[in-house]
Amino acid sequence: MRQRQAIDLSDLPTYGMGSRSPTWWGTLGFMALEGTGFVLAAGAYLYLAYINPAFPLSAPVPNHWPGTIVTLLLLASAVPNHMLRRWANDCDMPKVRIGLVVMSIFGILPLIVRWFEFPALNIWWDSNAYGSMLWVLLGLHTTHLITDVGDTIVLTALMFTRHGYSGRRFGDVDDNVFYWDFVVITWLPIYFLIYWLPRFS
Amino acid sequence: MSAADLPAKSKGIRDTSLDDASLHRWLTSTWETKRGIIGALSAVDHKVIARRYLITAFVFLCLGGLNAVTMRLQLSGPERGLIGPDLYNQLFAVHGMTMMFLFAVPIVQATGIYLVPLMVGTRNIAFPRLNAFSYWIYLSGGLFLWVSFLLDMGPDIGWFAYVPLSGPEFSPGKRADVWAQTITYTEVSSLAVAVATIVTIFKQRAPGMSLNRMPLYVWAMLVTSFVVVFAMPAVMIASTFLILDRLVGTQIFNPAEGGDALLFQHLFWFFGHPEVYIIFLPATGMVSAIIVTFARRPAFGYLALVLSVIAVGILSFGLWVHHMFATGIAKVGASFFTASSMLIAIPNGLQIFCWVATLWGGRPKIGTPLLFVLGFFFIFVAGGLTGVMLASVPLDLQVHDTYFVVAHFHYVLIGGSVFPLMGAAYYWYPKLTGRMMSERMGRWHFWLAFIGFNAAFFPMHILGLWGMPRRVYTYPVDLGWGNINLFITGGALVLFFSFVLFTINLVWSARRGEPAGDNPWDAGTLEWATSSPPPSYNFARIPVVTHLEPLWAARAELPVAAGLRVDARELVISTVAEGHPDIREKSAAPSIWPLFAAIAVGATFLWSIFTPWAVVWGAPPIAIALIGWFWPKGEPEDE
Amino acid sequence: MKATGLHRAAALLPMIPLSGCTGIQSALDPKGPAASELAWLIWFFTGLCSLIWLAVMIVLIWGLSKRRGDRAEPLDIDEAGDRKATRVVTGAVAATVLMMIVLSLLSYFSNRTIAAIGGQNPVTIKLTGHQWWWEVRYESDQPRRTLTTANEIHIPAGEPVRVVLSSTDVIHSFWVPALHGKKDLIPGFDNELTLKADKPGVYRGQCAEFCGAQHAHMALMVVAEPREAFDGWYNAQLSNARQPETDEQRAGHDLFMNRPCIMCHKIQGTKAAANTGPDLTHLAGRQTIAAGTLHMSRGNLAAWIADPQSVKPGARMPTMNLSGDELNAVVAYLEHLK
Repeated sequence: MRQRQAIDLSDLPTYGMGSRSPTWWGTLGFMALEGTGFVLAAGAYLYLAYINPAFPLSAPVPNHWPGTIVTLLLLASAVPNHMLRRWANDCDMPKVRIGLVVMSIFGILPLIVRWFEFPALNIWWDSNAYGSMLWVLLGLHTTHLITDVGDTIVLTALMFTRHGYSGRRFGDVDDNVFYWDFVVITWLPIYFLIYWLPRFS
Repeated sequence: MSAADLPAKSKGIRDTSLDDASLHRWLTSTWETKRGIIGALSAVDHKVIARRYLITAFVFLCLGGLNAVTMRLQLSGPERGLIGPDLYNQLFAVHGMTMMFLFAVPIVQATGIYLVPLMVGTRNIAFPRLNAFSYWIYLSGGLFLWVSFLLDMGPDIGWFAYVPLSGPEFSPGKRADVWAQTITYTEVSSLAVAVATIVTIFKQRAPGMSLNRMPLYVWAMLVTSFVVVFAMPAVMIASTFLILDRLVGTQIFNPAEGGDALLFQHLFWFFGHPEVYIIFLPATGMVSAIIVTFARRPAFGYLALVLSVIAVGILSFGLWVHHMFATGIAKVGASFFTASSMLIAIPNGLQIFCWVATLWGGRPKIGTPLLFVLGFFFIFVAGGLTGVMLASVPLDLQVHDTYFVVAHFHYVLIGGSVFPLMGAAYYWYPKLTGRMMSERMGRWHFWLAFIGFNAAFFPMHILGLWGMPRRVYTYPVDLGWGNINLFITGGALVLFFSFVLFTINLVWSARRGEPAGDNPWDAGTLEWATSSPPPSYNFARIPVVTHLEPLWAARAELPVAAGLRVDARELVISTVAEGHPDIREKSAAPSIWPLFAAIAVGATFLWSIFTPWAVVWGAPPIAIALIGWFWPKGEPEDE
Repeated sequence: MKATGLHRAAALLPMIPLSGCTGIQSALDPKGPAASELAWLIWFFTGLCSLIWLAVMIVLIWGLSKRRGDRAEPLDIDEAGDRKATRVVTGAVAATVLMMIVLSLLSYFSNRTIAAIGGQNPVTIKLTGHQWWWEVRYESDQPRRTLTTANEIHIPAGEPVRVVLSSTDVIHSFWVPALHGKKDLIPGFDNELTLKADKPGVYRGQCAEFCGAQHAHMALMVVAEPREAFDGWYNAQLSNARQPETDEQRAGHDLFMNRPCIMCHKIQGTKAAANTGPDLTHLAGRQTIAAGTLHMSRGNLAAWIADPQSVKPGARMPTMNLSGDELNAVVAYLEHLK
């Protein structure tokens, strides 16, 4: 088939930020499916709470303090996270490096407190279905937390190497910021379900 | 080609001024999958991965078919002792799992992996390494199930594995764990493909391919991928809960400790009903493509067809409870789900009417692909109508879990998906191999499959109404079901034989088939604008799209875009709605790390059925493999 | 033209016999008000769906067999033809909507009709599913009139009977097609349905939810009989088991009481009082053995006791390793338990 050159793409940029980039859409896709997982797990918990006349099944309510500290840390992390986004969009390498180090720390801190959250649930996973669901919800979120902290640390290391000087890498930082927001936002309803629902019902 | 032919690799050689021959040399050296075993294991070319998927899924189809034939031999007469309940129960569970998770979903996704990038006019799928990873995970999941089955460890709890039967108390041993982890493997792989497909369709369409110029098949794959994204997490949650109950003693499904058995069914069918549409919607895309080409006119009611596909995708989430009418859920809820289940008949009906109208308004020529589409109409419409019967609560209570349902879902799945897939195989085979399939064998294949299918499955409706429940390994003499079952077994053998013939045709035509040329059917979509089989880079120059059927609109010459680099894997990234070219982005180079990651992940899943600590010990190797995967290697693609 | 082949195949379909003498477990041979309502519904849906199917096929084949000019440019579209097609497609969609509304309403009213079947102070049966048999308990205000049996339900013909369904192990489903649609037996909560047979007769039912190895052999018989016969049966069932009369039966009785048999079974009036397996107090009065697996006969009883695992592999009943004489004695005793 004969061809005719109709347009020239030479002047297009070689990377884009946010929704211009395919990686952003990929991240969004994974957030959608993981978010569905969170919603269904939370739905399962509410379903069990609904069909059991007495919930939380005669267990003591959880101690909310470790969870509350994690919540505050995660909320506080939103500030440096969004500063990091601005710096990544400006391709400002020194600031991006600082931002990533700060975000790595903001990732590790809640993980440490998270360790104390499990015993503070005041019930074991195998005691009854209520205990199982608390552990599942907390475990599900912890998996995301660990994954994203790991991702942030690797990215931080990467940005300290020569490979960091690339538009794509700044795009990766941007996507990391995006995903961290997801980790923070999904925590809030889970925090409510784990620590406050048993108190209200 | 020797190294001397190529100019020194300076940064950024563009295709603008290259003649066709040197353009081909450059693109080949940039995009080709390397030879040798390491090259093969590192492949990221969507066509290479798709071929592996297609072949693997076809092998699983044959294995699942063998399961079915074995079951039919056992059921050919009352109280036959060919196989006992222990093996029979594994056979039907493994048959269902193989057909749903290892054949139907992977093969429709694989077809998408092959065709979508070609149809939207790009050079590779988005996230090609993720795509390669998905194949390895799928392969390990399939091997896991089948090796377990051959070791007499196959699941014996049906493909939906209801608790408490699948729970720790009533399924000791590893069989139910094999069910749960097979689910996990295959869902991880389908989810990965779904995300890659969505992003390819949203961001990698050729310049000018706005949403309203997107082929119907691509629309179908887009909606399917969204359904996968929102449905599959449900079954992963269900299987994870189950394995937690079994391995670490959680009580989620244990009614004695505040858990609930029906929770599992809700989670499973929240996935399970959309699953049917995950299998069916891509088939509607294939039907549209074949009908348009064979009717020799654009689809009648393009917009209506797009909207029905979207509507079906959305509505498919609203009717899971019709699988649970017999569990005694509240009457009001049941009536709601009757209405919602009936509702989905409307967009499905609309699709059928539009296709028929396309054939009416066109100049149809009969070929094997269209023959299979006609078979699809004959069978699927019948299956859809028995679906309407199942949606009715009271009626469902008589036919639920009987052979009527077995007949219904085979009409819907084989009629609705396998017949279009067979049509698609004849239709796109020339694109994959460069040769036509034998038309003569194709017609024999069709008629044997059509007759065998109806002989095998139509009488099952009657058996179900006569009271035969599904999943029984035998039945008593005095109920009078013997003759009809013998007839069914005969039909099943004919159907099986038709697939033997199909396999012969596939192999024979690969060597002896007539050379196809670029566009043997004179079709209108972009995959036919390149050679058969397509080169590693798909298109020497990216087409510019000005019409829904670009090749019909540009009979004389095809407008193309210039300005891409040829010394690095560069793609055009376009805007989501209009398809305006926006970025020239690099596509990932081949890498062995997705394989390593798949091995680490697969080994963790496998190990986890023996100890929960596997998740802890498996994490570091997975992390290392992922770092290896994402860490830049100084290739031009990393710049 | 292959359309003729399609025509021929379509013409063959109605020749497959749909009804006729379809047995004691058929939804098309209803013997109670619920099943009759459902059979009517099945025929109505089938009729309407067949018509629609036929209409679509006729239009499709007709469209294909039209002769047309060949090889025109695919983008030259007959605009007028498409406008006509738009009207036809719109009409077809409207018809689909209408049909769905009619069918939804029909099933709604049908459901209400079935739910309305009931009566004052019905006989109440608590049916419990076990892997792989049915425990049947007739409830009564007076504890002495509570009755336990297995795998066979007797009901008074023409009267509604309330059946409460539950399970102690996995999910089963209770289904007697000639009388009623199915309903699941689920551990953790009770389901309920109202069974009513119009006329005396024997109707077979079978577990309809896969429940493990012997799902295929989990049947039960529903015996509908006139009220007097039912009352007679009921009173007879309340009595203790018959005492052994011959030496052989006495030997069988002693074997039963000294072997593991009594660890699972109950024979009222003897020291066998376990309830893991079916109650055997009036075993020989039932029509089948092992939940519908075998007809009740001396030979089958012997075959079952001698080697249950080859009759019903996976069943919970172990092989007892009885000698020939011992087997004969146990069978003689059990056969005597009318």
